[in-house]
Amino acid sequence: MQYEIINTGGSPAFEDSHALLTQGQAKASTLVIVGNQAGLAFRQLSQPQRYTLILIELGLECLGTHTGESRGQEGSQILGFSRFRLGEAPSTNLVELVRQPQSVESAILTAKALLEAKGLQVSVCADFAGRILNRLIRPYYNGALTRLDEGLASADDLDMTLKLGLGYPEGPITLLERTGLQHHFKATQALFEAYGQSAYAPARRARVAYERAQFASLSASEGPPKKGQS
Amino acid sequence: MHSIKTVGVAGSGTMGAGIAIVAARAGYKTIVFDRDQSALDRARQQTQGFFAKSVERKKLTQEKVDSILNGLTSTTRLEDMAQCDIVIEAVFENLKVKHDIFAQLNLVCPPQTLFASNTSTLSITEIAAGSGRDENFVGMHFCLPAQLMKLVEMSPGLRTRTETFDAAWEFCLALGQIPVKTKDNPGFILNYFLVPFNNDAIRLVEAGVAEPADIDRAIKSALGYPMGPLELLDLVGLDTHWLVAEALYSSTHEPRAAAPALVKRMIAAGQLGRKTGQGFYSYKTNAMFGG
Repeated sequence: MQYEIINTGGSPAFEDSHALLTQGQAKASTLVIVGNQAGLAFRQLSQPQRYTLILIELGLECLGTHTGESRGQEGSQILGFSRFRLGEAPSTNLVELVRQPQSVESAILTAKALLEAKGLQVSVCADFAGRILNRLIRPYYNGALTRLDEGLASADDLDMTLKLGLGYPEGPITLLERTGLQHHFKATQALFEAYGQSAYAPARRARVAYERAQFASLSASEGPPKKGQS
Repeated sequence: MHSIKTVGVAGSGTMGAGIAIVAARAGYKTIVFDRDQSALDRARQQTQGFFAKSVERKKLTQEKVDSILNGLTSTTRLEDMAQCDIVIEAVFENLKVKHDIFAQLNLVCPPQTLFASNTSTLSITEIAAGSGRDENFVGMHFCLPAQLMKLVEMSPGLRTRTETFDAAWEFCLALGQIPVKTKDNPGFILNYFLVPFNNDAIRLVEAGVAEPADIDRAIKSALGYPMGPLELLDLVGLDTHWLVAEALYSSTHEPRAAAPALVKRMIAAGQLGRKTGQGFYSYKTNAMFGG
């Protein structure tokens, strides 16, 4: 399947060598826009209507941020996508393909086929903050961190119970510390702002990790304190 | 120290049948009690199917399976449980139902018989309080599917004697299971996390965020979970999930613990999951998981 690609750089989930980014063609009816400025690049397109499918890589924002919305009737050949990555862990092969109520069905099928041809697995979802994965895992992670604080069990027992009891490959505490609690803070804080539900409110341990990361970043940019400074 | 030779399992649903397989496979004489003969017949058929797969996969020999099945019997007469050294209850997640069965068992079983509940959400102390032998009572929560999962959450009630808990712990090890001690808290560890997680997945379906297959695929592919939440709910049964969620919600009053309205609608429509052939997915078979 042929497609054009615009890579704005700094993709949150795709390394530059990924097949999706390297196998674009010069002229095609499908356009894939990746990178941390993908939405901006889409808005600067002079003739988006010439494509039968446009895929925009999303961060935490909704697709509607770029396409606009009206009366629940939004939707066209423009779709969003996000390859799931948990903090500092390598990107997974799972892509959430974001549709709107009136999205063109043939565009969805083409997008799935294109992404699957690049070795990715696709879950189609509507255009809600957090999509599928963050909506489900962030409350679970917040709960685990909170119960650890409350002494329900030790971190090891909590992890072991959830691994053995549910067949999860890794317990939540080990997973979060391995991938960076500060990243969990940012993801769940965004959902808390979007939905206002306490389940998304960042757990204390995530906030502490985020604040420590902020201090570390500030210290690195300012350098060590000079003599005589307090 | 208790010497456990005969194990009773009260209830022949998905959990009861799985626990009976674990006990029989570990070499215990095992008696499954259910008032409903057709439920016992169904469990027996599923159990035979499970062991047939075990032979097919060369995990057990036919000779061993024959011996296991000879030691695994069923009954609709509660009096037959009098010979049990431990009775593990695996009936509906309803305090009154559990109190009723334990009160009757208390009349037929000798005083030294240990009582255990496989409850996943109700308080062990509260169930024990209606059993007539709260000092000889312990929580033993097996994970689904019990015949495959090793973990058992073990919880003492407030009045459980140390010797009772220790005997049940030793028995759990002898079953080849891995016990983990948890506090007698709502949902212990597993359901405290799992029930709200599954409810959240149902709410995504309810709100039209994604289809069940897309949700399950996302969870399995991105997180490496062996089953998606909606597949798991179909295996558990929507009716069972509703009872567990209601029990957890009534104890915690956490909004995520409450079963979404869609669950009640699916129950009303008879869409209980694998056991009725229709849940979030359609099924052609009700064969037991694994082998």
